[in-house]
Amino acid sequence: MSRIRAALRPESSFRRRLVAALLLATIGSLVFASGAFAGFLTPESGGSPNADQIHSLYKIILYIAIVVFVVVEGALLYSVVKFRARRGRVAAQIHGNTRLEITWTVGAALILVVLAAVTFSKLGSIQNPPNSDANGLQFASTTEPTPPNGKKLTICVTGRQYIWRYTYGANCSSNAFGLPYSYQEMVVPANTTVVLDLQSTDVIHSWWIPQLGGKFDAVPGYHNYTWFKAPHAGALYRGQCAELCGRNHADMTARVSVVTPDQYQAWLAAQKARIAAANSQVIQLRQQLTADGIL
Amino acid sequence: MAATAPALRPVPQVIAHEVTAEPTRARWTEWFTTTDHKKIGILYIVTTFAFFLIGGIEALLIRLQLGAPNNTLITPEHYNELFTLHGTTMIFLFVVPMMAGFANYFLPLMIGARDMAFPRLNALSYWLLLFGGIVFYSSLFWQPPEAGWFSYTPLSEHTFTPSGGQDAWIYLIHITGISSLVGAINFYATIVNMRAPGMGWGRLPLFVWAILIYALLLILALPVIAGAVTMLLTDRNFGTHFFDPTQGGSPLLWQHLFWFFGHPEVYIMILPGFGIVSEILPVFARKPIFGYKAIAASTVVIAFLAALVWAHHMFQTPVPTVVLGFFMLSSFLIAVPTGVKIFNWIATLWRGNIEFKTPLMFCVGFISIFVVGGITGIFLAVFPVDWQLTDTYFVVAHFHYVLMGGAVFTIFAGLYYWYPKMTGRMLSEPLGKASFWLMFVGFNVTFLVQHAAGLSGMPRRVYQYPADAGLTLYNQISTVGAFILGLGILLSVINFIRSLRRGAIAGPDPWKANTLEWFTTSPPPVNNFDVIPRVRSVEPMKDIRRQVERQSGIEHAETAGQPVTFV
Repeated sequence: MSRIRAALRPESSFRRRLVAALLLATIGSLVFASGAFAGFLTPESGGSPNADQIHSLYKIILYIAIVVFVVVEGALLYSVVKFRARRGRVAAQIHGNTRLEITWTVGAALILVVLAAVTFSKLGSIQNPPNSDANGLQFASTTEPTPPNGKKLTICVTGRQYIWRYTYGANCSSNAFGLPYSYQEMVVPANTTVVLDLQSTDVIHSWWIPQLGGKFDAVPGYHNYTWFKAPHAGALYRGQCAELCGRNHADMTARVSVVTPDQYQAWLAAQKARIAAANSQVIQLRQQLTADGIL
Repeated sequence: MAATAPALRPVPQVIAHEVTAEPTRARWTEWFTTTDHKKIGILYIVTTFAFFLIGGIEALLIRLQLGAPNNTLITPEHYNELFTLHGTTMIFLFVVPMMAGFANYFLPLMIGARDMAFPRLNALSYWLLLFGGIVFYSSLFWQPPEAGWFSYTPLSEHTFTPSGGQDAWIYLIHITGISSLVGAINFYATIVNMRAPGMGWGRLPLFVWAILIYALLLILALPVIAGAVTMLLTDRNFGTHFFDPTQGGSPLLWQHLFWFFGHPEVYIMILPGFGIVSEILPVFARKPIFGYKAIAASTVVIAFLAALVWAHHMFQTPVPTVVLGFFMLSSFLIAVPTGVKIFNWIATLWRGNIEFKTPLMFCVGFISIFVVGGITGIFLAVFPVDWQLTDTYFVVAHFHYVLMGGAVFTIFAGLYYWYPKMTGRMLSEPLGKASFWLMFVGFNVTFLVQHAAGLSGMPRRVYQYPADAGLTLYNQISTVGAFILGLGILLSVINFIRSLRRGAIAGPDPWKANTLEWFTTSPPPVNNFDVIPRVRSVEPMKDIRRQVERQSGIEHAETAGQPVTFV
């Protein structure tokens, strides 16, 4: 220990205290102010429990990171200011200090062990969907992944250059026949666990609504899953494709509109009617064109 | 041991031998026929620096486009081409071959060799690089590639990107890949076989350690990408379906192969930079490197772990949780040896007598920038957090902190440190310092706010963002910073050109440095050394200086007042 101290011999205890106080003040102000910086210092959240859990996991890492940052950059700044060349100073010819080196290696490893433990303890709440609330819509379904009571709303999200299509209902990936669908804007009931089955028909796209959780790729030939449970009816969340998918990648936007379960049922029925009406319009148009001799 | 030494001891100038000027004037055709490692090194450095400037101009165009919301300056097509060219150029035509350029010039000098092990192979490796770059950039006259430097399938398949630019990209990977592979074998053979007498593995300069590991990683990683791009080439042109999901192929296979190469590539780019810093810090701190063995060992450990972290680029693809967990932990692990290096560098500065010359400032700038990139790397390794951050500007900020810091700042440190050796002239210090400060400030202004842009939901590779997304201010700050950074680089370019004629004569050892390249004249003669000294420590030049002091009768200051033994 005395060898370590000799290697790190301080020059003035007053200045050291001053530096320490400044560091603490910086850390403190950053830590306590960070709540006010959503989207600036922390990722977006507030639309779904998984987004909230990622947000809190991020904040834990941020606090540790700030401490590491201040300590390492502080030590660097202190060394280059304190030990700049002066007449009469001779550099200490130190070749190393095994104990000190082992200490900081183990120290760095310990921080990472803590981070790993925190991550795995939070993983369940991020990865596994919870049950829908009592005031949400109640469904029964069999596809992966599933909340404990097995009840959820499944929506197939299909990416293609450059628009998202949403097909509503269980088994949408195996048999979408007759199921209602929409493009661009997804409508979901509040307080209901919504499981998304992500697919693509052409290139890789990535589904991302920042406030509803992390992004997941829609890869052609694969199924990828994520979920969210939005508590606020009336909220509208925006996002866009996050994986380069071609020239109009930037224009592949998406919206999620959260409504009450009753409004959702009504919207679903209306959407079915609109799809049916559009189909019969196509039939009429075709008959008209045929009659006019164009087809 | 020097704690009691008197301060104002003059450091003796070492002139180990005299070399008369070469009898015939060098002709320009020699640049095409040369197999001299130093000429090839200069060809490498000049060529790659030119590519760096081209890549920089592409970056400025990108920043101009993003300087205003809904900007229509650049079309989406050209925007995609620009970031593809920028990324590919910086990685394959600048950082990796620039490090090869330094290694070409200084590796033989540092280990006391008269040339590389295979001089003609060395020339081949340079000319392949140049032709690879020309093939790639000639696509500008037709249709440049636009699927990104990572060229994810199926977007890079013929169906979605039919232009020949994508094939030009494949040829670039092939040709520069062979160039790097040949070079790596050459470096490896040179280091293993041609070290000066007495230079055991424990006395190898740390830059040479870094190049040894750089070479090994290239030999490990390049065949994988060569195979992958060949499969892509046959998919695009000859009807195979390796990556085509509609015919039983797998788009994820491409990602696994690409990143199995791509992540070691990151360390291929920064390990030589680490080596440069490990050489420069002790010289200007006037101290031995702190923990030589730990730095060398951490280089080896980083290389080993580098091959085990690739899927952390794929956390958002369909992969099972156990894979996510494994790659998070392996990515954590690699932070430990990297942290050890940073601690050792700071400890090298600690209680030194630090001379603030430009090379040292770039090294300190590198450490302070790289620490930020290392810390944000931990955020990205935590896969649930990565689900929010990946493919956003947070990642763009992260890897620019890692690579601008780890590669560009260390390359500038190396250029400022070794320019006197390569040209025989000193660079202007005021111009160098001005360039450093502009680059350092410009860099941070450009990239610090990009973390916030990413956290606010700005994805990568978008040519436009809406005015009401809250991203305008971040992007404007970033664009201003990019031009400050560009101005800083311009000052260095002026410095490099101006000092060729106007710089003060450097002499063989202007920095009073530690390694053998300073034992010969500046620039060194064709075969480097008349006499190759016996190496007795990691700092042979210190030993030689001490010996000269003794032989010239000047008492060595450290032994003042002690009985002096003459050799």
